Amino acid sequence: MIEKVRHHLSQNEPLLFERSSPGKRAYQLPELDVPAVDPAEALGAENVRAEIAGFPEVSEVEAIRHFTRLSTWNYAIDHGMYPLGSCTMKYNPRINELVARTEALAWAHPYQPEALAQGSMEVMARLEAALAEITGMDAVTLQPAAGAHGELTGILLIRALLQKRGNPRRKILIPDSAHGTNPATAAIAGYAVENIKSSESGVLDVAALEQLVTDDVAALMVTNPNTLGVFEENIIHAAEILHAKGAMLYMDGANMNALVGIARPGDFGVDVMHLNLHKTFSTPHGGGGPGAGPVAVKAPFEPFLPAPRLKRSGKRWTYDYKRKHSIGRVKAFYGNFGVLVRALAYILAHGGAGLRNATVDAVLNAVYIRKKLEPYYDLPYPSPNMHEVVFSDERQARHGVRTGDLAKRLIDYGFHPYTVSFPLIVHGALMIEPTETEGKMEIDQFVDAMISIAREAEADPQLVKSAPHGTRTSRVDEVAAARKPVLRWKPA
Amino acid sequence: MRYLPKSNSERRAMLEACGVAHADELFAHLPEAVRLGRPLALDAGISEYEIVQYFRDRAAENANGYASFLGAGVYRHYRPVLVDTVVSRGEFLTSYTPYQAEISQGTLTAIFEFQTMLCQLTGMDVANASMYDGSTAVPEAAMMAVRATGKGRVVIARSVHPEYREVLHTYARHQGMPVAEFGYVPEAGTIDLEDLDRKLDPLTAAVIIQSPNFFGIVDQVKTAAEMAHRRGALLVVVFTEAVSMGIVEPPVDADIVAGELQSFAISPSYGGPYAGILAVKEKLIRQMPGRLVGQSIDTHGKRAFCLTLATREQHIRREKATSNICTNQALIALMATVFMTVYGKEGLRELAAQNLAKAHYLVSKVAPRFCGKFFNEFVARVDGPEDANKALLKKKIIGGVPLGRFYPELADGMLLCATEMNTRAEMDAVAEVLA
Repeated sequence: MIEKVRHHLSQNEPLLFERSSPGKRAYQLPELDVPAVDPAEALGAENVRAEIAGFPEVSEVEAIRHFTRLSTWNYAIDHGMYPLGSCTMKYNPRINELVARTEALAWAHPYQPEALAQGSMEVMARLEAALAEITGMDAVTLQPAAGAHGELTGILLIRALLQKRGNPRRKILIPDSAHGTNPATAAIAGYAVENIKSSESGVLDVAALEQLVTDDVAALMVTNPNTLGVFEENIIHAAEILHAKGAMLYMDGANMNALVGIARPGDFGVDVMHLNLHKTFSTPHGGGGPGAGPVAVKAPFEPFLPAPRLKRSGKRWTYDYKRKHSIGRVKAFYGNFGVLVRALAYILAHGGAGLRNATVDAVLNAVYIRKKLEPYYDLPYPSPNMHEVVFSDERQARHGVRTGDLAKRLIDYGFHPYTVSFPLIVHGALMIEPTETEGKMEIDQFVDAMISIAREAEADPQLVKSAPHGTRTSRVDEVAAARKPVLRWKPA
Repeated sequence: MRYLPKSNSERRAMLEACGVAHADELFAHLPEAVRLGRPLALDAGISEYEIVQYFRDRAAENANGYASFLGAGVYRHYRPVLVDTVVSRGEFLTSYTPYQAEISQGTLTAIFEFQTMLCQLTGMDVANASMYDGSTAVPEAAMMAVRATGKGRVVIARSVHPEYREVLHTYARHQGMPVAEFGYVPEAGTIDLEDLDRKLDPLTAAVIIQSPNFFGIVDQVKTAAEMAHRRGALLVVVFTEAVSMGIVEPPVDADIVAGELQSFAISPSYGGPYAGILAVKEKLIRQMPGRLVGQSIDTHGKRAFCLTLATREQHIRREKATSNICTNQALIALMATVFMTVYGKEGLRELAAQNLAKAHYLVSKVAPRFCGKFFNEFVARVDGPEDANKALLKKKIIGGVPLGRFYPELADGMLLCATEMNTRAEMDAVAEVLA
């Protein structure tokens, strides 16, 4: 029985280009208060473009209806639970949007004089300090634009430090349960990737690690808790093994929502890590970005951080550009400042104790879901889970129903799917992360939906395999899209 | 806490269902040694009102009520109200990357429109769904050129944004990708073709130039393309001032266009978040980093969109991916999409024409350093640009960027930008100080 949703009408809407007609406008510029210039004279005739063929021409009303109609075709956190594992889709407080638009913050130019940017600099300094306290690390750079960008920054920092010690080394070790960004990052930073098989209980295999760590290994990249939502219980031992060989421990902070206020990477041997402010610290995903990927490091890495660094000079903040060991810039200017404002607003709202309470609720929600769904779905790794839980589709696959089908059917019940087929170490994975911002009613509805779908998979597998049925768009032919790519509109 | 939706009794009921007496037991499996045995040393949580006040206080410590002539990669353009109206809709703001196409058609359709408009603007065949920003799009373009040509080194013009070049150097250093820089003509401010010719060799994968370049000058894209292609290299054209494309001939001779869309209704926001873009010729599609939206059909035969060509990406290809990028700048790209819709075909041209007129009014009152044709920013020759800026600040005007910091040979140069936001009166005041 589907209780959370029922159908309502949704508006059709053509593409902007199909809606355009010549001469329509949605803008009006002020009267020009200086003499107009002849473009051919100012730019050179050969540098003046012809009209932009095909560019939209719509009125203001049509523009707002267009985007409003499109918006109604999306599912969003504001509609309900969005249990994508590893993505931490939590509520995005609206106050954060408001303060990020405070005029003198939003309109601050990165090159305005430092004396006229003290407020922005103070915001960044305060966030750096808060993130250092939360992670237990010694210094933080806010420059990286997103998680994968933070990873790259972090691995370059490790490379720079090892280089200074005489040898950057050749390899990065990565568990087979890791996010795809980890190996992709290692490769871009000039390292060879060596995979480590997870142990039978789904955690880092310390014995295997001991074998693999040689003088040629620069670092281990580990996600903790890992992508099964399981805390790496041997993490301190792993750090000791690495450090004994002069290698470093890098932590992917994608799952930091399980640890804030409970345990700090800096206290369990991590040398370098990144955070995803768009996950743990509630800045909106916005349909795929923007994010921010600050990197936190132990003291020995501080000289290598991207320039410039914030520096206190008397009563003022200033930038220190003269950092001879710096890996250089990873991005123009100072970071995704607007995202940083939102993350700081989130931290200020919660405070120290509040952040810990959020972690507790995040874990409680995931453990509760596990308890409720264990009778219906196969749980390949029974270790205690933290903020997310990973089932497999083994029981449903016997009826020909796979994780992707179960996920699509969840849409009919009014939920966004969980993460499908990841981590790769679980065949047919269902990776569920509820986050702390779901209440008991929403979670219970989710649990009921999952149980109902498990029953459908047995009683009427075809119903599940052809889902979703209630959406305005049914399953999209992704194979056809890739075979003959149509990546832009063209006039018929 | 207001963001946690559970009552204490609900919490107790859930703990009970988990067979746990106290919430701390949820963490009982963590080794003692990893646990933080104390509260985080952060202040207690504060109310919404106090948060607003905190950021108002910080904003008061920034520039307030100043006119500004700063450009240099970040431009002050009017932001139509519709932009924030659209991106504030929770359906766009609070959704994830559109992997589940059936319930993400809004985002997917908007990205498809974005990709289309970027192709129309740049003259390229394919544009991706965004990169972090213009600066990181540059190394991604360089790496793409290396993959596509099988060659290893790149040459980049000194007239490309200095911070973009720094980012390229950071990425290149550890990949065995040598980067050489070539100069600009001291009189014109355009690329030095002789120097380019000297630095271009058969092992060069890409020539990277910017147009309008860092000095605001419309550069020699066509000639650079011919020179690059003759040596088997690709031409990458960078742009930082997207509004220029309303009136300036697009870089159709480039193989890759790597740009920054901040000018399209994205607040300066002290340096980010912005939206970068890569647009390429058809032959380079499979070397492209970042997400792409493609058109397809659903099971009812209706037009539908989905993410496509994912086998280039890290979540499928891991260490063999074309890039490690995952999260991009989707919501910011949506801002740019709404901006392009609001201005449209006529508006973008009129806006560009106004910028052109403003900057040319200003230049007529000061001493330009270069003779090259420029769009809405230019280098003025100023005795002691720092002192001039101090004098301007007294008039509540933030002057241009003194260039000595980036170009020691241009210590008497100030990069001034005038947009539709600058009034004639402000410009007259600047002229008075600089004259």
